[in-house]
Order: sequence, then structure tokens, then C-alpha cells
Amino acid sequence: MTSSQRLGPALAAIAVALPMIAVIIAVVQGASGADPELWSHLREHVLGRVALNTVILVLGVVAIAMALGTSLAWLTAACDFPGRSFFSWALLLPMAMPAYVLAFVAVAALDYAGAVPMALRGWFGDGLWLPPIRSTAGVIGVLALAGYPYVYLMARGAFLTHGARALEAAQSLGLGPWQGLFRVAVPLARPWLAGGAALVAMETLADFGAVSIFNYDTFTTAIYQAWFALFSIETALGLALLLLLFVAAALAIERAARGRARYSAADSGARTALRVGLSGARGWAATGYASLVFALGFALPALALARWAWKVAPIDLDARYVDYALRTVGLAGMAAFACLTLALVLGYATRQSAGRITQAAARVATLGYAVPGAVLAVGVVTVLGATDQGFRALAGGEGLWLQGTVFALLLGYVARFLAVAHGPVQGGFARIRPSLEEAARGLGLGARELLARLHLPLLGAGIGTAVLLVFVDVMKEMPITLMTRPFGWDTLAVRVFEMTAEGDWERAALPSLAIVIAGLLPVALLTRRMERAARAA
Amino acid sequence: MLEAAIPAHLRDPAGHWFGLAVRARTIAYSTARVQPSELSTYAALGEARWKGRLCMRSGKHAYNQSLVAMMIGDLGEQATERVVRSWIANLAAEPFSSDTLMLKAIAAGQCDVGITNSYYLGRLQHETPGFPVQIFWADQGGRGTHVNISGGGVTKYAKNRAEAIRFLEWLASPAIQQRFAAVNFEFPANAGVEPLPTVAAWGKFEPNLVNVGTIGRTQPAAVKLMDRAGWR
Amino acid sequence: MRLELRDLTKTYGATVAVERLSFVLDAGRIGCLLGPSGSGKTTVLRAIAGFERSDAGEILAGGERLSGPGIWVPPERRRIGMVFQDYALFPHLDALANVAFGLRDVDRAARRRRATELLELVGLADHAGKLPHELSGGQQQRVALARALAPRPRLVLLDEPFSNLDAEVRMELAQQVRAALRAEGATALLVTHDQREAFAIADEIGVLRAGRLEQWDAPWTLYHSPATRFVADFVGEGSFIQGTVLGPGRVATELGIIEGQLTLDQPAGTLVDLLLRPDDVIHDDASALQAEVVERVFRGAQFQYKLRLPSGTTALSFVPSHHDHAIGERIGIRLDAQHLVGFPRG
Repeated sequence: MTSSQRLGPALAAIAVALPMIAVIIAVVQGASGADPELWSHLREHVLGRVALNTVILVLGVVAIAMALGTSLAWLTAACDFPGRSFFSWALLLPMAMPAYVLAFVAVAALDYAGAVPMALRGWFGDGLWLPPIRSTAGVIGVLALAGYPYVYLMARGAFLTHGARALEAAQSLGLGPWQGLFRVAVPLARPWLAGGAALVAMETLADFGAVSIFNYDTFTTAIYQAWFALFSIETALGLALLLLLFVAAALAIERAARGRARYSAADSGARTALRVGLSGARGWAATGYASLVFALGFALPALALARWAWKVAPIDLDARYVDYALRTVGLAGMAAFACLTLALVLGYATRQSAGRITQAAARVATLGYAVPGAVLAVGVVTVLGATDQGFRALAGGEGLWLQGTVFALLLGYVARFLAVAHGPVQGGFARIRPSLEEAARGLGLGARELLARLHLPLLGAGIGTAVLLVFVDVMKEMPITLMTRPFGWDTLAVRVFEMTAEGDWERAALPSLAIVIAGLLPVALLTRRMERAARAA
Repeated sequence: MLEAAIPAHLRDPAGHWFGLAVRARTIAYSTARVQPSELSTYAALGEARWKGRLCMRSGKHAYNQSLVAMMIGDLGEQATERVVRSWIANLAAEPFSSDTLMLKAIAAGQCDVGITNSYYLGRLQHETPGFPVQIFWADQGGRGTHVNISGGGVTKYAKNRAEAIRFLEWLASPAIQQRFAAVNFEFPANAGVEPLPTVAAWGKFEPNLVNVGTIGRTQPAAVKLMDRAGWR
Repeated sequence: MRLELRDLTKTYGATVAVERLSFVLDAGRIGCLLGPSGSGKTTVLRAIAGFERSDAGEILAGGERLSGPGIWVPPERRRIGMVFQDYALFPHLDALANVAFGLRDVDRAARRRRATELLELVGLADHAGKLPHELSGGQQQRVALARALAPRPRLVLLDEPFSNLDAEVRMELAQQVRAALRAEGATALLVTHDQREAFAIADEIGVLRAGRLEQWDAPWTLYHSPATRFVADFVGEGSFIQGTVLGPGRVATELGIIEGQLTLDQPAGTLVDLLLRPDDVIHDDASALQAEVVERVFRGAQFQYKLRLPSGTTALSFVPSHHDHAIGERIGIRLDAQHLVGFPRG
């Protein structure tokens, strides 16, 4: 390889990482200006508690989401029980349910004054003790229910495409199906499980909406507090920097957990192994378990939303909602396209060159997923502010060129969600054996044709997954939209924020329901794709 | 003209901004379990008789921060911190993320008293006639009830300064103030305009006359105090 | 098209994978690089294809320099077809589309015609619509060959083309591949570690050892006149007996004085190890020379006996299978000394 050949991919990767690099510079620079007196206050009264809370939350959510996701994936992929084919896709539906929506529904329905405890006390008397929903356990439960589909998706894919052959080998060596799960399937799926756990951990670290509704203090709430109550953006950025260190630690743990295992090609001849039939009570226990998770994570909250929305729709539903919905879908679509394009560039670059610069740039570019949206937003605003200043110096005038435009919003989305697109695209690239590329080049294909005729068709599934995941995530996204949107660009999520901030659950239900419904289509497509991939393998 | 319509404590002394509607942050109590005669000041909610009977919204919300900021101005930092600590010791449940949630908890019997913005109760009383929670005007014998405002101002580089001022004047005019009050259950800033019947039924109260802007400047100190006292 | 390598050298760090390799393969010929694993043969193939860059030396195809000092033609412009060890069929395309993949700059009908023609050539015309995973290993292999041949490359490279296949289909497929290459008039170079494959398919064979070319010759010559002891050992079975050169074409051994078409030019008196192929040692009940059977392998038409000579050295012999002798039996042998090779002892 000549140096010019390595330079191209490295430059491309760095270009993709630029938004994140700019944000990080803004954060570090701002943090260095933090007020020392405020810092000592935070160190004494806030940091310790917030750090402990954050660690407990992340560990709890990841543990429960892993347990739910892995067990349900195993049940639907390798076992048979009444309702299995329904649950195999239905269990993904909670993906369409934003964590903050699940959180406000849970609090509204299950808090002391909520409908469920009220009814229970009505039956069993006022003395009835019920576990408080607004507690550490409650917030962990809600975030785990919102997060388990990520683990489920990854684990199920791994079990379906990779596990069959190895499982057969295990069975031939005398292992039963459940021993097979723990001794073969789970270790085999470890890279995917680690990936799913990392996604859940990052979602949790970055969550603001749900923890605010539970009044559970984490790094993200402390950042908001420093920013909007102590009026110190520098202190907020300082906290953000600490949070970034947490993220780096989480990523390091994930890499260690993945170990030397690599995403690799599925055994080409693998057939889905015969499912283990769970008969009688065991079968119904499986059905009950899957039903419970489905009900708590999706069906019941959706019903509650529908009821509330139905109540307020006559007075609240009007033409504004067409605009909210169109803007939401439009922004999500643009962001998905932008993220996919950059993920392809990044994936191609890292494949062309395993150089240290390229790899480092890729890691930086995909760091944003774990950074709270608000931090990214202020980073983007800071960076674009400087850019605008440059433009003004060149062109004169007082205008804002980039701040407060759709471009600013998209930049924030890309910084945050590139990792979401990067994962499946990268996985897709990893599945293309190098000999395929060599065969195509030997047949006379140049780099561009290679991408068009080999990579894109083979990446098909990965691209679809990437687009859908980003689309759903952007629709659910709240803080970046709230803080960098062009004037008047209200989306469904912004509406939800405004209504939940007032504790007006019923009015919040209408836009929430719209987000859930709009998110269902991509999730359904994702599910179908997954089923098809499973059948093809 | 704006100066004439809006009382001095509801606007910036230099004329940068004007309050347009007023909400009081005061005590709410369960009509079933509390007699108004048991209530007096914000600080008195820290007394031992309210142990396990008090509910509060999250300390991270600006409404509570400005209340504490006001108290710092009135009582000094040390006394205020003692009051806040006594409140926290009396809490019946973890702080709530919204006033509405807290008021419903009082109605449901989880606790008996709390501090709320008046309009949240106004909405609930309007939606559910006979809602078993009522307003008590705090600190009437002393410095008066804490108020905060919604308002407007004109930016430094505004292109249409004259129109903007006319718009604010329009908002402060009696007819529009009436419309305002009808939808948001707040007190009109224009003293010449009557609030909604639901709101008027709470009776008149003496507001704390400390300027709202001063409170804003004390807010960081209030936030730190609340951190120290453990108001989540 | 004629392929020529001149002093090709490739190192990986401190390891020399290929060292000053030179050979010429004329147009229309089928060549083979034969060697044990790690001998550098795949590196050579990948360097010719353009997937590896050599450190020194030149590669020429039809007189065009593909790589050399300051020159490097990227793989997609070399017009060299390759059949991969794992076939590398595109999993998203059916057999016909795989074969048509490299046919560019021609219209759709022409592509289809050519691809069909190739599938017919490899006997898979009725599998055109199948996806790679629906084909057997041998079928995948032939699709890969058809795909490589379709754009009429100047040269086809085959990397261990039969290693993933069952022994029974291997020889048959090798003949089919040879026929297809011949029908296309293609110049081809394959690498393998299996001398039977090499013999079955190649016109010329080069034996590689630790990155160096030991010998480049026709299969028959390679077998009967190996240039080095390594080649003699690696290509075909054989054994060595000690002898003393008496003069041109005469060697004294424990089996008597052997005369024949000798390629030896060692001076009289030199001590040599003389190569004996199993077909050089003939069972003859009338012979006075006796050897003891120590091992026997039944091969259907023949027995392969391992015999202990009076001196204690052993030699292999192919014997028609109606001569059924038990281990420990002593049988008469004689040498059929047509072509004998000796290496100086030491």
C-alpha cells in the first residue's frame, strides 16, 4: 500500500468525525472555564450522588434489559410455545415507544394517585401498601423495558444466523437445549450481546426525559441544572466532560466483553435448527412471560395513551398536528439519509485502511450516541456560532448563517445517531469476505463500481436496518430538537415535552401516540427483514 | 402606558421587560384532612405536625428555586436553609416532577399539604368540580405570598421596535388580559382586570413585593442551598 | 497470453515469502505451482492478480509490465481472472448473474449469451437461476471458473481450486476444468499442494520450496528427472539406494550394476543416492535378487509393497495384484533402469 492509498480513507473518516471533534473541542474548551467555586459546591453536594445514581441506573438497566432481551430472543428463536410467531415480532414493538413516554405513562398510572393504585386501594382498603413507582427500581424497570428490544434484536439475529450449526454440534456432544444456550449460543453471540448492552447503556447514560419524570438525578439532569439553574454553561460542559469519561469506560468494557470474538460471516450452510417444543405448563409459562413483557412494554402503555388521546382529541387535535407530523417525519428521513451516507463512507474507509488514524476517527465519529442530546446541542450551537462569525467576517452583515437552521439540527442528529447507522453498516461490511472484493476487482471493477455492484447490494439488509433505526431514534429525539430547531419548527416530540413539563398527561398522550404509530411502520419493516434474513440463513 | 397598566414589582425597573400574568406559588391543602386554621407561613410547613404529611415538587424546578431565592432575600441564607431542611424532613413521598402530580397525590391521600402554583389547582378544580384540595395564601401576616410571572420584552436589535412595543401594550390591555386569564387560570397583571370565578373564589391576597428580577439573581445561591439541604 | 515472472521477491517483515522467482508460461498453456503449504505459492498467485504488491522483480503479461520498479497496475485493470479457493461467489446473485458479473461494455443480450455459453461449457446450463448456496461445492467451483473465464481474461489463476472437494469429484472435475480452459484457449496458472491434481491438469509444473523455485518442467520430466532431492521426494513416491558411479551410465549398487539412460554426470568413484520409483522395481520370480516384504497396501489392480533390501534400506514396488505375498515373505526383484537419477551423498 502506498501512502496516498491510506490517506484517502483516513481523510474521509476524519471528515465524518468532524462534527464530533468540534463538539468535543467545544466541551473541553468550555469546561476549562468552569467556575472553581461552583465546582467545589458540586463536588461536595452533587457529584458523588449523581455518579453513584448513574452507575446504579446503568448497571440495573443493562442487567435487566440483557436478561429480558436474551431470554426472549432464545425463546422465540430456538423454542416453540403457544403464540411464538406473534411474539417474535411483537416483542420488538416497544422500540417504537420512547422511554420518556413509557415513563410518564408509568408514573401517571402507577403513582399513588394513579388509576391502578387508586383502584387497588378501592378494593383492598386504604391501608394497602404498594411499592412506589417513583423509585430507583421504578426508573430502572421503565428504562429496561424501553431498552430490552435492542438486546432482543441483536441476540435473536445472532441466535438465528449463527447458533444453529454450533448448537447442533453441542447437541451431538450431549448438551440439552438449555445447556446449549449457556454453553454455546450465548458465548457465540457474545459480540452481538455486548453490542446490544452497549446500546442500552448509552441510551441510559444519555436519557433525560425519563429520569426527569422520575425526578432521579443523573449526570444529564445535573448538566441541565448547572446550565439552566446555576446559569453556568461552562460548569455544564465540565459535567459533560465527566460524562464522556463514563462513556469511554463503558465502551472499553464493551470491547473487553466482546473479547477477541469478531463479527464474522454466518456459516453459509446453516439451517435453523429444529425448535425445542415447550409443551404443557412450560409452554404456557413461556407464553405468560412473553405476554407480560409485551403488555408492560407496549400494549398497556399504548392503550393508556389511546384512552387519554381519545379524551383530548376533540379539543386538541387540529391542523397543527399535520405540521408536527410532517416535520417529524421529514427531519427523521433527512437525518436517516445523512447518517447512512456518512456511515457508508466510514465503513468503506475503515475497510480500505486499518490504519490507526482511520480507526480512531471512526471511534470518535460514533461517540455521540452516548452523549446527552443537550450537550451535543450546545456543542453544535457553539461550533456554528464560531462558523457564523467567520461568515459574517467574510460577507458582512449580522445574520445567522447556520445557527437556527435545519442544517444545525441535522448536524446535531448526525453527531448523535451516526453510531446507530454505523453498527449495522459495519456489520454488513464485515460479512463481505475479502475474496468477494478480490473476485470483483479481478473481473475489472474499480472502487466506485465495487461499491455500487458489490457492497451496496450485499449491504442491503444492513442499510435497511441502519435507516430504520436512525429514523425511529430521530423521531423520538427530544433535547437536540428542542434546542437547535429553526424558529417555529415544532415536532411531535417538542409537543410532548411541553405537555409533560406541565404534568398534562392527557395532552401529552396525543403527540406521543402519533410518535408511537409513526414508529411502528419502521419497526414492522425491521421485523420482517429480520424474519426474512432468518429464513434465508 | 405599560407602566400604568403593570404594577412596579411585576416589571423590570429599567423597563426591559413586563409581566403580563401572575401566578402565586402558595400552600395547597387537603380539605378533608386539614383545617385552614392550622396553616400560616411557608416556614411553618417545617413544623413537626406536618411530619410525613408534606409533598413537594422537584427542587430542580425554577418555581421552587425562585421561592427559595425569595426566602433568602427575606430571611437570610442560614434561616432559609433551616426551613428547607425541615421541609425535607417532613416529606411524605419523593419530590414530584410536576405540581399537578403532587396535587393529585394530596387529593388521593398520600399527603396533606404542599406548595403549588395557583393555576395548576385552578385547572384541576375546573376539570373536577369538588376537587378536595384548596388554596391557602401563605405569609399573609408577613411579607406576602410568592408570585412569579409570564411576561415579555423587546430585544436590543429588534427590527420593529415600535410594533413590538405596541404588541406588548395590546397584551396588557384589559380585553386581552381578560382572555388570557380565561384560558390559563392566572391572575391578570393589569390590576384593573378581574380573574376567572374559580380563581376569584380563592380570595384576594397580598403578594410579596420583592422584585422578580432580584429573585432571579439570587437563584444560583438558592440552587446551591437546596443541593446542600438535599431537596432532590 | 504469455506470462513471465522475473526475479519476483516478496517479504513480510523479516520473513521471505518469495525469493527471486522467475518462470515463463507460454500462451495457451496450463501451468501449475506445486509446493507444500507455506512455500509461497499463493503469494505468487496473488501478486500476479494484483492483490499483493511484490517488493522486487517484474510481472509481465503478453509483454505488458503489470508490476515492476515504479509500475503497478491495479487488479481491476489487469484482465486476469481468478478462481478462489472459497470460490467467492456473490451470494446475492444467481449462477448466471455471477458469470455475467464481469461482462461489461457489452449489451444485455450479449452478456446473457456469453454467460450462458460459459455455463454450458462447465455443464451447468440448467442451474443458471440457482443462488450459490443452492449449488454443491463442485458446481460452485465450476460457476467460479465460468465467471473467471467469461470476460476472456489474458490469464486465469486458480487458487487451490479443488481443495474443498471430495476426493472422488476432484479428478473428474480437474479433467472438466482442463477441458474448459482448453476450449477457451485460456492461459492458466493454478497453485496446489497435491501433485495428483497438478499432474491431472497442468502442462508445466513449477515446484516451490520456501519461496524458491526448485524446478520448472513438464510433469513427466519432473517425475522422472527431478532436479533436486526435494523435488524427488515431494513429487511422487520413491526411495533411495546407495551406489557408486563407475562411469557414464553405469552405477554399482547392492542390486548389481545398473545401466541405463542416466542423467548423471558425476565422475567415476562418486558415492550417490540413486532414486528408485516404485515402477522401477519389478517383481520377477526368476530373479536371483531377493527382498523381504515389510509392508503391503492393496490398491485394487496393484499391490504397493515396501521391500527390505539385503543392506537394510527399503524400496517401494508396484506389483500386479495377483502376486499376493504375505509380510515377511521373500520375493525376487529386478530393476528396470530406463531413467535413473542420483544425488551426491552427503
